[in-house]
Amino acid sequence: MFGLLVIAHVCGQRKTQNAWKCVTAGFFYVILRQMRDISEISLACEALCQTESSLMLFRSVSRASAAAAIMLSDGGSFMKGMIVGGLFCLVLSLLGSFSPVTESGTDGNDHHHHHVKAASKDELQQLSDSRLQELNNQLKVYCVVMVQPKSLVYWATALDTWTKHCDKAEFYTSEVSKALEAIDLNEKDDWARLRKALKHAYENAGDIRWFFVAQPNTFAIIENLKYLVLTKDPEQPFYLGKAVKSGELEYVELNSGIVLSYEALKRLVNVFQDENKCPERGRQLWKLSDDKQLAVCLKFTGVFAENGEDIHGKGLFNSKTVDSLISESMKQNPNNVVKGCCSDLAVTFSGLSPNQMQVMMFGVYRLRPYGHDFHDLLTFFPPKGSDND
Amino acid sequence: MTGPKNLESRTKHVKQTWGKHCHHILYMSSVKTDFPTVELNVSEGRENLYWKTIRALQYIHQHHQDKANWFLKADDDTFVVIENLQYILSNLDPDKPLYLGRRFKPFISQGYMSGGAGYVLSKEALRRFVKGFQTGRCTHFSTIEDMALGKCMETMKVEPVDTRDLKGRQTFHAFPLDHYIIRQLQRPRPWYLIYDYYVPNEGPNCCSDFIVSFHYIHAVQQYVLEYFTYHLRPYGYSYRFKPDKMVEANNKTH
Repeated sequence: MFGLLVIAHVCGQRKTQNAWKCVTAGFFYVILRQMRDISEISLACEALCQTESSLMLFRSVSRASAAAAIMLSDGGSFMKGMIVGGLFCLVLSLLGSFSPVTESGTDGNDHHHHHVKAASKDELQQLSDSRLQELNNQLKVYCVVMVQPKSLVYWATALDTWTKHCDKAEFYTSEVSKALEAIDLNEKDDWARLRKALKHAYENAGDIRWFFVAQPNTFAIIENLKYLVLTKDPEQPFYLGKAVKSGELEYVELNSGIVLSYEALKRLVNVFQDENKCPERGRQLWKLSDDKQLAVCLKFTGVFAENGEDIHGKGLFNSKTVDSLISESMKQNPNNVVKGCCSDLAVTFSGLSPNQMQVMMFGVYRLRPYGHDFHDLLTFFPPKGSDND
Repeated sequence: MTGPKNLESRTKHVKQTWGKHCHHILYMSSVKTDFPTVELNVSEGRENLYWKTIRALQYIHQHHQDKANWFLKADDDTFVVIENLQYILSNLDPDKPLYLGRRFKPFISQGYMSGGAGYVLSKEALRRFVKGFQTGRCTHFSTIEDMALGKCMETMKVEPVDTRDLKGRQTFHAFPLDHYIIRQLQRPRPWYLIYDYYVPNEGPNCCSDFIVSFHYIHAVQQYVLEYFTYHLRPYGYSYRFKPDKMVEANNKTH
C-alpha cells in the first residue's frame, strides 16, 4: 500500500509534466533498488525519464512494472502495491493529457508538414514579372502587438522601430495608458486578451491577408516575413513561427512571433465560439500558456504549427537576442561563427532591451558595406515619416 | 595594434571578421608569434603606446610602403568596414598628405584623430611622419598616442579630412553604436562627445549608413557587427540613403 500512496502523492505534484514523470521514475528507482538486477533498474529509469508523451509513458510504466514483476521473488504485497500504483499513475497521465487525441475531427486535408521554407531564387525567377508585382502589392501584414502599461518603454520602442514596417500595426493593451494610444481590451488574462485581439484584427483586416502576433520585446523584420510567405496562399491555413513540441502538442512560441494566414485566423475566430474545444477562461485544471492554448484551438480546426525556415533549413524565428545566439555559435562553430549562427533573412529576435531594439533598427535597415548589391526580385519601400530606417 | 595577452581574447576575432577584408593586415606586438605578429622593439602598456605606434609606422614604411596607398591603424577592439573606408578614399589622392579618422578638437589647433576609432594615413602622410622623426621635427613628447601623432601631422603639414557623409553623419566612431544611436532629448554634450571637432548629433543622425568604424568592440560584438553589416538584411529593401543618386543629382544641377 505504501507504494500506491507514494505514487499517488508524486503524481499529484503537477509542476510540469516532465517533472512528475521524473519524480515517478525516481520513486520506481528507489523501489527497484531493493532488487539486485542493475540493468533492469536502469531500463525502467531510462524509460520513465525520457517519456515524451502519455503513450510512451504507458509503455514505459508497463515495462517497469513487468521488469519489477519478473525480478522480485518475495514481498508479494509490495509488488502488488507497486503495480497498482503504476496503473494509477498511468490513468492519471492519460487524464492529464494536454493535447486532444491526435485524430480528432480534422477535415480530409491533413497537412502534417512541420516546416515552411521561403521560396528559392529559382522558384521566384520562374514567376512572371507581372505575377511577382501582383504578389508584391497584395502581400500585406497586420501586426498585432500585445502590450501592457507596465512595460511602457518597450511599447514605445516597438512603436518607434520595427512596427513602422507593418502595413497595419495595432497595439492591444491590457489596460489604458495615458502615455500611448492603443486598443484597450480591458483584460488581465493573457489568453482572453489574445483572443480578443485576434478577433479584432480579423474583423478589421480590410484587404490584409497575413497576421503577425508579437510582444514588444521582439524585433521583427517584416520584409523578411513577407519574403517567407510570398508564394504561400493566405486562403490556405498557415500557422508559422518557431515551432516547438511540448509532449504531444506542437505549437508556435509567442515570444518569437506568430504568423497566421487569413484562413487560419478565420478558423480560429470561429472555434473561439466553441466553449468545449476552445474555452475562453482556459482549462481550469492546468494553466496553459496562451501560445499553447492557441495551438490547441487551431488543432481542432485542422491547423498545425509549422517551423518557418530559410532555403537552407535555418530557423527564421529566434527566441533569443543576436548577441546570445552569436555567443552560442562562438562555442559551437568557432571557425565559422556568423554563418553558423543565424539566417541572413531572419524574421525575429527576442528578449531585446529597448536600446538593443534601436541598435537593431540601424543594424538591419541602414548599416551595410558600400557596393554590395543583392538583386532581390522584390522591392519594399521605406515607411513614410520615419527617420531611423 | 595588439599585444600577447589579447591575441586569444580579441585579436583572433578581428582576424576572423573584418581582418579578412583588408588587402594586407599586420598585427603589431612586442613579441613575435605564429599568429602571426610583428615584433616591435617596445614593451606593452598604455605608456608605451606611442612608441609602439611610431615603431609600427616606421616598420611599415621600411618594409611595406609600396604595398598600399593608404595605411589604417586600428586597435584590437576596433571594428572596421573596409568597403566603406574604400568608398571614402576613392575620392582622395594618396599622393597628397592626408589624414582621416574621428576628428577631435582639443590640444591641437587643426585637431587630431581618435586612436581607438582608427585613423588612416595616405602614402604621403606616412612618408612625412617617418621623415618628421628622422629630422627631429617630430618627437615622442607625450605618451598620448593619438594626440601626439596629431601634433606630428600638424607639424609636417598633413591635412585632416572631414570624413562625414553627404548628410553630415559620422563614419568613424570612438565608441560603440549604442553611445550614439539612442534617441535623446536635446542636452549638452555627454562626456564622450566633448572632444568632437564637428558638432555631433545624437540619435539616428549620428552615424552614416556607411559606417567605417566603432571602438570598444570585443569578441562577441565583432561577430554581431559582422552579422549586421554583411549578412542580416531586409529582403528587397530600398535603402533611403542613396549617395550615388545624390551626387548624380548634384552634378545635373551644376
